[in-house]
Amino acid sequence: MAFTALEEILKICAERHISFWEAVIQEDMRDRAVSREATWSQMETMWEAMLEASQSYEVGRRSDSGLVGGAGGQMEAYRKKGHSLCGERMGRVMAGALQMGESNACMKRIVAAPTAGACGVLPAVLVPLYQEGGFLREQVIEALFVAAGIGQVIASRAFISGAAGGCQAEIGSASAMAAGALVSLMGGTGEQMVTAAAISLKNLLGLVCDPVAGLVEVPCVKRNVIGAVNAMAAADMALAGIESRIPGDQVIDAMKEVGEAMHVSLRETGVGGLAGTKAAKEITERISGAQPPQAGL
Amino acid sequence: MEKGETVCPKIRGRRFFSCKAWMYGTENEGYNIRIRYRAGLPAQKGEAIRMNIYDILGPVMIGPSSSHTAGAVRIGLITRRLLGEEPAEARILLSGSFGATGRGHGTDRALAAGLLGMKPDDIRVPDSLSLAEEQGLKIVFELGEIKEAHPNTARLLVIGENGKRLEVQASSLGGGRIAVDELEGIRVSFTGEAPTLIVRNVDQPGCVAQVTGLLAERAINISTLQLYRDCRGGQALMIVEADQNIPGELLAQLRGLRGIRKAIYVNMEE
Repeated sequence: MAFTALEEILKICAERHISFWEAVIQEDMRDRAVSREATWSQMETMWEAMLEASQSYEVGRRSDSGLVGGAGGQMEAYRKKGHSLCGERMGRVMAGALQMGESNACMKRIVAAPTAGACGVLPAVLVPLYQEGGFLREQVIEALFVAAGIGQVIASRAFISGAAGGCQAEIGSASAMAAGALVSLMGGTGEQMVTAAAISLKNLLGLVCDPVAGLVEVPCVKRNVIGAVNAMAAADMALAGIESRIPGDQVIDAMKEVGEAMHVSLRETGVGGLAGTKAAKEITERISGAQPPQAGL
Repeated sequence: MEKGETVCPKIRGRRFFSCKAWMYGTENEGYNIRIRYRAGLPAQKGEAIRMNIYDILGPVMIGPSSSHTAGAVRIGLITRRLLGEEPAEARILLSGSFGATGRGHGTDRALAAGLLGMKPDDIRVPDSLSLAEEQGLKIVFELGEIKEAHPNTARLLVIGENGKRLEVQASSLGGGRIAVDELEGIRVSFTGEAPTLIVRNVDQPGCVAQVTGLLAERAINISTLQLYRDCRGGQALMIVEADQNIPGELLAQLRGLRGIRKAIYVNMEE
């Protein structure tokens, strides 16, 4: 059985004198009965797909509903002017998150991480750092194993779908995965990876899933930005030596408790929260007027 | 499997029987068989889905939703593979959330793409309805509610180019994973993630033994085995999930066995 606690991964790291990503690889080899080469090359495929997806953004494309599209281009153009409050690197992260979120809404090819709705978070932080040239491809693949290990623990202890636990389970989980991956990339310790994951998940605790018209568009696309920016901040805090007073596993358990207490109208039903606003209801009415299409008739 | 065969026919009183058997042990020591059966219910329902790291990081897919888009492509694709020929006509009922928000998630295009043989990461998924028209595949979508079904459920009636008919009900479980819940009117439960053999046979002694015997000869290990039938001595359905791929010539051999009416093989990982 795969990992069920972050502490368990840290314990294995200490016992076997291995790094966090190596512990995740070894467990996957055992769990699925695959070779090291097989799992490594599968992760490389995921990274290639993320890179390709980040390059295939079309600035002029709009989703079928017309609700999203183009924001990734606007953010990129603004960043290039050089006056961004968040600076060069964070500007790239924000533009990347918007672009991937919009590509997803526009039915382009993406990598669910952990879900399609949260697919922008991980590539938004990893792609700019990789493209800046300071990191090897191998280091990025290792960071992806760290992210996958953290995500797996969250999935086994709590949930990773908005329908089950709200947006905190999707963007929150993606942010925790990305924060751990960033610490790995920066050469931090396993403990710092867990701390970064804990901080980023704590910061998004209680976030509800309230998609307008039930679509993965509003507010999902922009929440990818907050997941990515939050991951960068959490990783920096962990690397600065700041600790989380609540251990990572207990944060995940709290996320589960909060998600279970969340009213069903706030769990991907498209009923409460932003989805229940006057503007959202008008949008919903406009979209749902159409009949299902038929082919060949 | 003799033990399984003597146990199953003793269940009485209900229309459909579902029975799940686990075999464990080795050839030398002999096999132990544990069987769980319920009348008319899928044996796997409610069991937690195990997630490996590529269920977390992945799948590579066409957006926007792993359940409403990627899962829907897989439902279309497994239906195509179960049919075993080029589909010419399809009538698709979208139920629950599939009906409510399916359009905005491209669920209709995703199902059509799967029927055309595409996988969830195929960039042609958004254009599948016009591709279907070009290729002469007629698809009609309907909205409706299927009672007691998973929230993301589709029911497909497909007719192949050579006139084969198949009715499938399947649900999208999240993360792009799916389950077939009903096949030709019989409630079943399988995902197609493992090499899966679906056998229609006459409900008579020896059918299960013949099939499992042939698999054993080829060193193909059975991970799960489900048995269903409409009535004693009537039409039976056997679903075998295996650890190894089942080669084409073995499938042909299975089809030639006494009492076997039909054998279909699907492996969604291929």
